[in-house]
Amino acid sequence: MVKLVGVKKYFPISRGIIFQKHVGDVHAVDGVDLEVFPGETLGLVGETGCGKSTLARVTMRLFDSTAGSIFFEGRDITKLRGKDLRLIRRDMQMIFQDPYASLNPRKTVGSIIGAPYRLHKTIPKSKIKSEVQQLMELVGLNPEHYNRYPHEFSGGQRQRIGVARALALRPKLIVCDEPVSALDVSIQAQILNLLEDLQEEFNLTYLFIAHDLSVVKHVSDRVAVMYLGKIVEMASGDTLYMNPKHPYSGALLSAVPIADPDLAAQKNRIILEGDVPSPIDPPSGCRFHPRCPQSRAMSLAQGLGDQPHPRCTEEDPELTPQHPGQVAACHFPLPDRAVMQVNAG
Amino acid sequence: MPEPLLEVKDLRVHFPTDDGLVKAVDGVTFSIMPGETLGVVGESGSGKSVSFLTVMGLITAREARIQGEVIFEGVDLVKLPKDEMRNVRGLKIGMVFQDPMTSLHPFYKVGDQIAEAILAHRKIGKKEAMDQAIDMLERVGIPRPDERVRQYPHEFSGGMRQRAMIAMALSLNPDLLIADEPTTALDVTVQAQILGLIDRLKQEFNASVVIITHDLGVVAEHCDNIQVMYAGKAVEYGYARDIYYDADHPYTWGLLQSIARVDAPRTERLKPIKGLPPSLIFVPPGCPFHPRCPYVFDRCRTEVPQLLPVDGHHASACHLSLEDKERIFKEEVMMHQ
Repeated sequence: MVKLVGVKKYFPISRGIIFQKHVGDVHAVDGVDLEVFPGETLGLVGETGCGKSTLARVTMRLFDSTAGSIFFEGRDITKLRGKDLRLIRRDMQMIFQDPYASLNPRKTVGSIIGAPYRLHKTIPKSKIKSEVQQLMELVGLNPEHYNRYPHEFSGGQRQRIGVARALALRPKLIVCDEPVSALDVSIQAQILNLLEDLQEEFNLTYLFIAHDLSVVKHVSDRVAVMYLGKIVEMASGDTLYMNPKHPYSGALLSAVPIADPDLAAQKNRIILEGDVPSPIDPPSGCRFHPRCPQSRAMSLAQGLGDQPHPRCTEEDPELTPQHPGQVAACHFPLPDRAVMQVNAG
Repeated sequence: MPEPLLEVKDLRVHFPTDDGLVKAVDGVTFSIMPGETLGVVGESGSGKSVSFLTVMGLITAREARIQGEVIFEGVDLVKLPKDEMRNVRGLKIGMVFQDPMTSLHPFYKVGDQIAEAILAHRKIGKKEAMDQAIDMLERVGIPRPDERVRQYPHEFSGGMRQRAMIAMALSLNPDLLIADEPTTALDVTVQAQILGLIDRLKQEFNASVVIITHDLGVVAEHCDNIQVMYAGKAVEYGYARDIYYDADHPYTWGLLQSIARVDAPRTERLKPIKGLPPSLIFVPPGCPFHPRCPYVFDRCRTEVPQLLPVDGHHASACHLSLEDKERIFKEEVMMHQ
């Protein structure tokens, strides 16, 4: 349904008060190829600054890409404008992270959910209210609260409002950008189940973005791991759990706290040094090399000293096949069972 | 039997507001032994943060009605006059708050802030305090601490700011470190670093630690004992193993079943807890969890369950019989896991 080819998104950085000089770029997304198939849930996971949110917005054409192409249902939508773009927008919608910031506090819930109908004029005005109330019921809200304002709802309910709004035009693709991160644990489960039910009922395709690997693995058919603007690994959730191949995926997996003391004790910890570097000046070669324990280990093993391996500093690895259905961009992929040494539950 | 470091007895913290009396903490009893890590788990409004802000004396009789006792190293902190409390806070009990950007003053250099904390309690010179600050930054794993000490918080990343907060909290070698949601705002790989750091420093400084969080995974991996809180009350307490392999409260079951687990197969559907957390002004009568409890019966609606021992150490506040609890856990909760 969605195909991204060589997509890049750079945000220019300027210095100067009167005369602006272009001094550099934030390489938010730096060459991404991705396919999302109809009916699937593709999970996109990564930490701060990896570019996942930017990638989602470029896919939705909320940003223009700096380079590369975006195809939606086979059609090149990279340069679409105006009326053509607006028509595509009916088919792809977004659910945002912050249930407090993504709803206009001065509009009623009915008005918020009904806005897509009024903007796209897909149904007559007289029918909007009943459609909206149907949507409210669908997402577990009381239709009688049509005239209430966002501040009168809890975080979880506000997120349901966001879901209803996204569903109004019966889109084909919904991009969920951290839809449950801001919610309490017991409410997260309610929203995740709702999204699952709606996917089945309306035959939806999801691009699901989150930093919580547990949540992403639960909802996704396939998971793509992003680091500093690139996809470093893609695999099914189970494969990623059992056999992460990219050292960053391994570190991410080992960092996820497991609510099971015995199982947690069996995890191989891959602790990374330092913080995620800035996307303004990404490292040379493989951008993960400054923090990569695997690279150092290989270098030591080959008698080249306690530093990142020269191949990693010079050559940016391509995504290469690993286990069936899995690709990873690494010169020295992790061995099997590098993190979890026992089977999943 | 060693003496507990901290004993909280029937603590109640009620805030009078225009909308009514907010019963943020409503009868909480627990103790912490030297060298222990206690995990306090609960969602928003459970009372977990307010309990420890009260222990620290950051919530006082000026803003809330406080009842009960907070006995730290033999002294009841609730009854302590303000200036004496100042000798305890920071010196004997250190606290790390959730959002390091709001806990560090943006206008002062990091080194100055840590040194200020030290100088508040020790009669030493400014230079010596600064040297200690540099030493602390090094101990929490911040590279080039002599340079970093002259920087402002905005020049630190999130993980580094949290390390600086930990440095500040530990700078006076307290006996107890309270970490309130220490990693919630951080990336997961940084979270792992910070939690590992806390584990290591606990040994080095010979301190007890309290980790307040909503993340059941974090407490499973880092805590000896766990207290589960709901609507201002402690509903379950025990060793980490008790909570995960032998939980005895429907709210704990609900939490365990509702979280997405990285080790669970994808086909497992999450089982959310129905309903919403209660208002702390209009707390349901009897057991505060009863409106959301799948196993509720008459007694639950009228009688507040006490936190009673299930066996020696493990305690639960629920009217269900032990046999029922064990059966339900085995048949319904364990199956899910």
